This record gives sequence, structure tokens and C-alpha cells, in this order.
Amino acid sequence: MPANSCLHCSTSLETDIISFSRVYKRYPGGYEALKDVNFTVAPGEMVFITGHSGAGKSTLLKLIAAIERATSGTVLVAGQNVSSIRRPAIPFLRRNLGLIFQDQKLLYDRSAFDNVMLPLVVTGHSWRDAARRARAALDKVGLLDRERAYPIALSGGEQQRLCIARAVVNRPNILIADEPTASLDAEYADAIIAMFRSFNQVGVTVLISTHDDRPIRKLNPRVLTLHHGSLA
Amino acid sequence: MRAWLRHHALSFGQTMRRLAASPFASLLNALVIGIALALPLGGYVLLANLQQFARGLATDGQISVFLAPEASKSDIAEIDRRLRGTPGAARVEFVGREQALAGLKRAPGMAEVMATLRDNPLPDAFVVTLAASEPELSRRLEQEIKGFPRVAHVQADSAWVQRVSGLLRFGRTAVALMATLLSFALVAVTFNTIRLQIMTQRDEIEVSKLIGATNAYIRRPFFYLGAFQGMLGGLAACVIVDLAIVVLNRDLAGLATLYGSDWILQLLGLTDGLAVLAFAAALGWLGTFVSVSKHLYKIEPR
Repeated sequence: MPANSCLHCSTSLETDIISFSRVYKRYPGGYEALKDVNFTVAPGEMVFITGHSGAGKSTLLKLIAAIERATSGTVLVAGQNVSSIRRPAIPFLRRNLGLIFQDQKLLYDRSAFDNVMLPLVVTGHSWRDAARRARAALDKVGLLDRERAYPIALSGGEQQRLCIARAVVNRPNILIADEPTASLDAEYADAIIAMFRSFNQVGVTVLISTHDDRPIRKLNPRVLTLHHGSLA
Repeated sequence: MRAWLRHHALSFGQTMRRLAASPFASLLNALVIGIALALPLGGYVLLANLQQFARGLATDGQISVFLAPEASKSDIAEIDRRLRGTPGAARVEFVGREQALAGLKRAPGMAEVMATLRDNPLPDAFVVTLAASEPELSRRLEQEIKGFPRVAHVQADSAWVQRVSGLLRFGRTAVALMATLLSFALVAVTFNTIRLQIMTQRDEIEVSKLIGATNAYIRRPFFYLGAFQGMLGGLAACVIVDLAIVVLNRDLAGLATLYGSDWILQLLGLTDGLAVLAFAAALGWLGTFVSVSKHLYKIEPR
């Protein structure tokens, strides 16, 4: 396991790629989504986060990508304190993350290919280089023959795979997926989980939230269980 | 640096595609801006023309110098010499009292009035033509000539010069006020266009932020859109004003020949036209800036 693979680490002793310490998240109105959450993830780990709906799984993942801010406590991602990150630094944090959302957030006015191109366009890759990498990502999720299709023409499973292609096209260090198998039948879900497994096997840190315990029983991975905002 | 240039090229392409995607709306926006700008621009062009016209007339700015009845021939010669030596006096013409009386008698309706007079009541006079049309010069010469011996009365025909320059000043202020007001209109139109554009691209903006787009990257196409729309509006304004001048000149040519003149309105110059485009683009940029500052940062992924 690489002891220190990132350039932004604040201390040379840093070995965890993600670390939560004494993290609380209270939403306006007083609802406490996370209470005193402490855990660390080592580089290259694959971690499942489970819990009933409303237990704080999505909130926990959002804190990592600075979509939400912790009310108190420290969230370190690749050595960077995300709970106090400055706004201009957020885009550069997210470029190291592959994010897969519960509601997918695909753009329906452009083709599958253009959806996957977007992260590369944003980071200023040349068109040729970007197109090559986008096709490679589409190939990895088995959608290369569907690159001209618009998301609306894709099945639920295909849309989810398109999200994964978009998340990995920038070759992120960390993949974060919020309920990626929620609306899929077992066969599709297994294929999706297998895909994450293969990314993990080439060294990508993977965090997946799910309330489906089939893959957990099958893979026997590390599991964090949230119960009313606290880790069990 | 190359990535930055690529972003700019990309943003520009996106902007053009967006404009082309709704050509009617884009054209209408440009037209609204064009009409708003055409009013002060037209005023400006008319004023510039009037100013030139006034400058042409102003060489006729004159001062009449009436001498005292007891002025002798040598006094007249002395005053003539001094007037000619006065800086600012371009031409000095002597009008003798007999000559003036003869002139009056020739005027229609005046002959009978003149016939009732026993003596010639008119004084000897000089007409001094000014070298320049400035009211200041006119006033100065008036004061100076008043001090000459045997000069009874000095009448400066500068009142109209002052009136014209006052009118021009009034016109300039009016145009400036109108320009300021309608500039706000342009900023407001751009503000609204960009607001609508941001709203229609809400999803794209949100996703872009999630995959690591910087605010500068997200903002850029909107700035292109705002500035380009302003420039199109500026172009429309120039076309409107020049078309109006061409139409007006047709009527003016007929009118001018009646006065034995070939005076017509000058079209908007290239420099002025380019300045209008740059100004309109700058206003569009400003409208975008305000709109983006207000609306773009509110879109945060959740």
C-alpha cells in the first residue's frame, strides 16, 4: 500500500486518503444528520456504507465532495481539510473525485459521448485526447456502441453505467457512489458492483453507499453502518 | 495557457451556437438594444452636424459700430485705422450715413417714411466682421470698441452666436442624459437575457460544478454572449442611424437648394461606429457581470 501518494498532504505521516474525526452535520432547522462520526479509509480500500434511509449515508458522501460542509469536526480528503476548504479550491478537489449520484445528474440535451466528454472539457484536455479517453471510459462500462445515443434513450442500467463512465474518465483517485444500484434489478446491480470492484483492483479508492446487502454478503468488504447519523 | 485558449475558443463557439439556436430571439434582443442606442446616437450625429453648420455661419458674426454725429472725416479715418488694427477683427467696412439712408430708401415700404424726414437721422457706421464665432471674442471687442473716441454706440450681433452655442450645449446635455438612461436599458436587457440563459442552463451549470469546473469556466460563455449581444445591438443602432440620415438627406437636399446651399447631414464615421460597437459591447459585458454575480453563484449542487 503506498504510504503517501498525494502531493497535497499536510503531514508526511498521513496515510489515510479519507479521514473523518468528530464530524457533526446539523441542517438548518436543527435536524442532525451526522453525530460524532469517526473513521478513516486507506488508499485503495473499498468501503460500503449502509444504513436505513435517512441514516446520513448521502450526507456523509456529500461532505467528502464539499457539496455540504460539516457543522463541526474535520474531514480530510487526500490531506486537504474539506470542512474548511475555500470555495475557489473546491473545483480542484472535485477533479480528483469520481462522483456518482443517486439522481444521476446526466445532461439530457447531449449524447452519451458528450456527457462523458464534459469532465475532460472542463479540465482543458485537447479534443483528440479527450475523445480517446471518453471512448475508453465508455468501452470500460460497455457503452461504446451507444455513444451517439441520448441519455433518454438508454435503459436505467445503461444510464447508471454512463454515470460511471463520466466519473472515471478523469482517472480520479477516489470513486464515490451514492446508491448506485438503488433502482436496478439484481442482475444489473451485480454488474455495476463488479465494475466498481474492477476499478478498485487497479488502485482506486471506492466508497459506495447502499441499503442493499446482497453485494455485501457476496464480497465481504469493509462496511460502515450508520444508524441515525452515528456509526454503529 | 493552451488549455485556457481552448476554453475561450470553446466558449465562443458555444455562444455562437446558442445565438444561432434561437435566431429570432437573438435578433429581437439586438434590435431592442439597437433602438435604445439609436436615439442618443442619432442625437449625437445631428448635433455634430449642427455644430458644423453653426461654424459655417459663424464667420458672419458681426459688430456694428455707430459713430457720434459730430465725428469728422479725420475721426472716421482714425477709427477705421484703429478698428483694422484690432486683433480679432477680420474685416472692417465703412457705411456712410448717406449710403445707409440710400439703402433704407430702397427697402420696400420705407421710402414714404424716409420722405417725411427733413434731415438724415442716421449716423456714420462701421461693420466689423469677427475672425471667429466665439461669444467671448465678440464681448471683448464690443467692450474695447466702446472705449474709442467718437463712438456713440456698439451693437454686437453676437446674440445669435450665444443662442446657438447655448442651444448646442443644451442639446449635448440632453443627448448625454438620454445616453446615460438608455445605457441602463442596455445593461438591463443584457441582465435579463443572461438571467434567462442561466436558468435554462441550470442543470448544465450544476453538473459542471460537480465535475470540477471553476467559476471562471462557467462564467465565460455568458460574458461572450452578453458582450456579443451588445455589439450586435450597437451595429443595429449604427445601421438605424445611417438609414435615417440617408432618408432625411433626400428631403434636406430639396430644402437646401431653396436656400442656395448644398448642405446635407454627414453619415456616422467609421471611428464613431467602432466606438459605438465597443461601448455597446462593454455595456453588455457589464450587464452580464451584474447578472452572473447575482444568479450564477446561487446555483450550487445539492
